Amino acid sequence: MSQLTSEQIAAGEARFILPGENLEVVEGWGGASNSVAYVFRPSTFDEVRSVFELARQSGRTVAFRGAGRSYGDAALNAENAVLDLTRLNRILAWDPAGGTITLEPGVTIRQLWEYVLPHGWWPPVVPGTMYPTLGGCLAMNIHGKNNYREGPIGDHVTEFDLLLPNGDLKRCSRTENVELFDAAVGGFGILGCFTRITLRMKRIYSGLLNVEAITARSLDHMVEIFEQRTAGADYLVGWIDALAGGSHVGRGVIHAANYLAEGADPHPERTLRVESQQLPDRILGILPKSMLWRLMRPFMNNTGVRVVNGLKYHASALLDRGRVVRQSHVEFAFLLDYVPNWKQAYGTGGLIQYQSFIPREHAADVFRRQLVLAQEAGFPPYLAVFKRHRADRFLMTHGVDGYSLALDFRITPRNRRAIWDLAAQLDEIVLASGGRFYFAKDSTLQAQSVEQYLGSDAVERFMRLKRECDPEGILETNLYRRLFGARAGDQILFRGER
Amino acid sequence: MNLPWKHAIVVGASSGIGEAIARRLVRAGCRVALIARRADRLEAICAQLNREAGSEVAIAVGHDVHVHEEIPWLFQNCALRLGGLDAIFYAPGVLPRIAPDEYDTATDVETIQVNLLGAIAWLNQAALRFEKTGRGTIVGIGSIAGDRGRRGNPVYCTSKAALATYLESLRNRLGRRGVKVVTAKPGFIDTEMTHGLTGMIWLISADRAAELILRAARRGRTTAYIPERWRLVGLVVRMIPSFLFRRLNV
Repeated sequence: MSQLTSEQIAAGEARFILPGENLEVVEGWGGASNSVAYVFRPSTFDEVRSVFELARQSGRTVAFRGAGRSYGDAALNAENAVLDLTRLNRILAWDPAGGTITLEPGVTIRQLWEYVLPHGWWPPVVPGTMYPTLGGCLAMNIHGKNNYREGPIGDHVTEFDLLLPNGDLKRCSRTENVELFDAAVGGFGILGCFTRITLRMKRIYSGLLNVEAITARSLDHMVEIFEQRTAGADYLVGWIDALAGGSHVGRGVIHAANYLAEGADPHPERTLRVESQQLPDRILGILPKSMLWRLMRPFMNNTGVRVVNGLKYHASALLDRGRVVRQSHVEFAFLLDYVPNWKQAYGTGGLIQYQSFIPREHAADVFRRQLVLAQEAGFPPYLAVFKRHRADRFLMTHGVDGYSLALDFRITPRNRRAIWDLAAQLDEIVLASGGRFYFAKDSTLQAQSVEQYLGSDAVERFMRLKRECDPEGILETNLYRRLFGARAGDQILFRGER
Repeated sequence: MNLPWKHAIVVGASSGIGEAIARRLVRAGCRVALIARRADRLEAICAQLNREAGSEVAIAVGHDVHVHEEIPWLFQNCALRLGGLDAIFYAPGVLPRIAPDEYDTATDVETIQVNLLGAIAWLNQAALRFEKTGRGTIVGIGSIAGDRGRRGNPVYCTSKAALATYLESLRNRLGRRGVKVVTAKPGFIDTEMTHGLTGMIWLISADRAAELILRAARRGRTTAYIPERWRLVGLVVRMIPSFLFRRLNV
């Protein structure tokens, strides 16, 4: 049975009522966008198939959702079905000698590292939080602080099975269905559902990393340090004080980390235990960290962040000089998990993250202009994170040989319009420099900008694969309609606003 | 007027207060499903609104409020086509002209059907959804006539009193979930329904009534007299003891 068009539905050809008890408000992680959807939580792939069928009968579309850690509207599907895949979270196979693991899409990064660490392995690529699912990570093709070395997570996937809306399973690898492999990784879940993912872990010899903090006086200085360090550091990440102006624009602190070589850790059997990786749940042994966001709340304004950032920068400049400390992998990798519920400090309007990826030669210039534009508009980002990247093979990739800057903007009902306008201004600079964007973070992009940075050829190829994998157009998200709705043409069922 | 809703359903949008509410919603940037029996009039209104807006912001849905069984599906389908739902307005109302000694059950049942049962059938759907999602605004159009059982039109008064009680119950059920339920009680409004009535005081236009209703709904008022000066009248009318009220010519 083919999917009904809106005209047919309006004409009353399908009068299928969806279960009202499945209605939920589904939110993007940043909390600045949400919509109501019929949420289903399957525990088998047969149930996933039956939701496809339900969608067909009721003339609705289906979106996949993992942990809901995408900042914007990537896992929203207004008034349609959302498949929460977090219950499909079994580890299917694990080879502790070779470091290859096969898992279901709902397995989280946390489940993964806790599973492999005691055997002396670590996921080769992890995001800044351990809560996303592997299905989500693969759909977004996430990267870590080692992107310039290890590439995105897709580079470590050997094969996966993709469940198409018609019920077929497609095995994809570097040799089989290669085109689909390169498009589904980073294809934001719009081609099919990962059911079985195989990826390789990285051998480690200690649960600790050597971490060094380096202060950068300006954006140029930061780029200079990154360029010097990329050859020697396993991980590099820069924090930028986005409120610093004038000659200090782009000042911040860089953290460079290295794995410990075999034998460098006297007690690897201890540090490789899951317990030794846990983040402390109290600050200084007293204050419960679950309360910390409440203390941050009063500082979440331009003045407050300016003061805190200034203190942080100068404290680091004074104290950190060349000092190397040992930190657990968890402490270093999952910085965003350090303060539980920190996003609540942004208030009820939530936040958006604006992240752009700029070729190396333009990066310092573009990011300086972005920071100044945001400051001039009166909306300095409250968090700014700088990373080094490399280009990769994936069709819809955000990877470039260059740098990214991720800017967190607090959203309120009053500034919303202005922030979106600011984002449009920032987009222009990015596009002019040959930069790229990232669907996991995006809330503000426009369709024509996506066409421009990906190139018409890439979008054309992607839409061809979409038609092949999902001819009925069952799979949609708010993000897909917002950015590819015009391209999908008549295949798009719902033409409401995002 | 600045309104907080992006997606709304207006039942009874082909004329009178319902039409005026729908027009104001659309002009405030809201996507609206206009629902009424008279499809041709709806189409014309939607065509005009969409032309003004330059995009499809008003959707015409032909429906007779007697047909309860199609309402759950229509409700879901409107939300789908709108891309969401933040508010619903139930405006249909009939005021049959009856003689002082007339007791016609068929007429009375029809009044209850349109004024009350249709409202229950539509607003139950909204209550179901808004309770699940913890947001939303429900607006029912009652009447000052519902404040007392008057001699003029027993069942019209009954239908509006029952509607007010139903809405109060919804409010008490849903209020704690963050849902606003608003009872609007218009006085005399210049619409097709009141056309030819005599002795109307403080008559206002349907558009003015819509403006006042939307303002009250935006504020989440529980009961709003339209215009507000009727509140005092309502208060007095409700306090008159029955033995006196019987003797009055109201």
